[in-house]
Amino acid sequence: MELIEIIKPENRVYAKPRLMNDRPMHYCPGCSHGVIHKLIAEVVADMGLEEQTIGVSPVGCAVFAYNYIDIDWVEAAHGRAPAVATALKRLNREKMIFTYQGDGDLAAIGTAETIHAANRGENIVIVFVNNAIYGMTGGQMAPTTLEGMASSTCPYGRDVALNGYPLKIADLLAQLEGTCLVTRQSVQTAAAVRKAKKMLRKAFENSMAGKGTSVVEFVSTCSSGWKMTPAQANQWMENHMFSFYPLGDLKNVE
Amino acid sequence: MEEIKLMKGNEAIAHAAIRYGADGYFGYPITPQSEIMETLMAEKPWESTGMVVLQAESEVAAINMVYGGAASGKRVMTSSSSPGISLKLEGISYLAGAELPCVIVNVMRGGPGLGTIQPSQADYFQTVKGGGHGDYRLITLAPYSVQEMADFVALGFDLAFRYSNPAMILADGIIGQMMEKVVLPPYLPRKTEAGIREESPWAVQGKRKQNKVNVITSLELDPALMEENNKRFQAKYRNIEETEVRYEEFHCEDARYLLIAFGSSARICQKVVELAREEGIRLGLLRPITLWPFPKKIIEAYSDRVKGMLSVELNAGQMVEDVRLAVNGKVKVEHFGRLGGVVFTPDEILTALKEKFQI
Repeated sequence: MELIEIIKPENRVYAKPRLMNDRPMHYCPGCSHGVIHKLIAEVVADMGLEEQTIGVSPVGCAVFAYNYIDIDWVEAAHGRAPAVATALKRLNREKMIFTYQGDGDLAAIGTAETIHAANRGENIVIVFVNNAIYGMTGGQMAPTTLEGMASSTCPYGRDVALNGYPLKIADLLAQLEGTCLVTRQSVQTAAAVRKAKKMLRKAFENSMAGKGTSVVEFVSTCSSGWKMTPAQANQWMENHMFSFYPLGDLKNVE
Repeated sequence: MEEIKLMKGNEAIAHAAIRYGADGYFGYPITPQSEIMETLMAEKPWESTGMVVLQAESEVAAINMVYGGAASGKRVMTSSSSPGISLKLEGISYLAGAELPCVIVNVMRGGPGLGTIQPSQADYFQTVKGGGHGDYRLITLAPYSVQEMADFVALGFDLAFRYSNPAMILADGIIGQMMEKVVLPPYLPRKTEAGIREESPWAVQGKRKQNKVNVITSLELDPALMEENNKRFQAKYRNIEETEVRYEEFHCEDARYLLIAFGSSARICQKVVELAREEGIRLGLLRPITLWPFPKKIIEAYSDRVKGMLSVELNAGQMVEDVRLAVNGKVKVEHFGRLGGVVFTPDEILTALKEKFQI
């Protein structure tokens, strides 16, 4: 195909999602957040839900998620997004409500809200970005930081005798009666992105069908916090994160 | 239609919320206010008015549910007692920072710490001076009867929505637990989505194509813009101070001495005024109904007309500081209180008045 053919609209294979705002992102190069935001924007638009979707953003790097996707948003206090989403959904049953949370937000300070919202089977989607570190505050240890992995508050590597074990919270959530879908995905390759989008859409469909809580974990990179190039970070994630946080569905109730 | 019933203050709050057309209640059990959620659960308003009632996993979750519900323009409320309110303060600060309307009920008990389950008014400072972080104010209503427990639900929601600000009903264990006759208001309809989009265009209800996005947040990293936000809050607070002061006077017109008391203390002080007048002491009672905004102008006005003021509180002396600020040294202001859940008798208060002012 000639260049002149490629740029014709009918031959276009990729476009910026309609709901992504034209605004420079504050995320670091190589960060997984941008791709995950894009998937949410695509799923909401594909399902025609943009006029009834309300996102709940966390405290952490994604605190400004509301700047990037052209829908209504509520910015929650640290860890409390599932409680905020609980009321939003119960009081507005026809709306699509999702939370967007990092590992510190969801699996440390917000553990109680996360577990109880999921255990009540709230008809919400929880998007969980697990990069095993606190990104926004400068790379401190997270509940999901791997054993031996260094961070600014465990500079010699996570010592389980001192800090306990990394928390597989998705496994825990999969045990609860209230969850209908708990899946672990990644976005470091085109194939992974396509698969992740399929599961994210399933989660949104579950929510609108009132099937219970859907949790989509994204095993992610933080090249700044990990002090790696984006390419190195992807490689490190594949080599180290995937063995402890294996990808795939932990629970998928039809 | 209106109905006359005999019930506890806590129960009156629950019935008034349903009748006012509240959309949601989110709570966590704590003595002495658990009857509020128990009554709501027994009444099952989700089958009648459609009101959502949910027992949360903690006070922290409950106040953040209120934040979420309020963000969508709904009439939502929570209730707790002192230690639980301490847990809610982070969320209350966020509600104030995001300018969200809601009603929060504190049925106070004695502290500090786990303290006691007996009545107290020791959360005055916590409520009217901030409590949570940042420069914010809570519209604070202090009921002194079961009737006012019911009435202030509607008043609290009205003020909260008028000013886009959280409102607190600051009661105590006496008002919450005592039974009295109460006139319950007629049923009002709940808000519709169309009504919310019209009355609260800031609320998150899903972005319509022709509209701008609504984002509910208290975050602004640019200090110049954050200062502007704070100035807007302060202008709103000054407006509330000018417009919404509420108080009640009891035998004040010829008074030589004045009791200042709110809530159950004011109820007890009504008896003190009667006892004093039987002895020929011209005593009056000024009862602040709004603790913030504080009725400082009327108190200042009385400072020229009375020989002394006694602030009577179930605490170690909190509101007395606001009384002293109001009179600015023009008249002697003393405090009398009992602590930790002990309630004073009218005789005790009268004796304290005589001793402190050598009557």
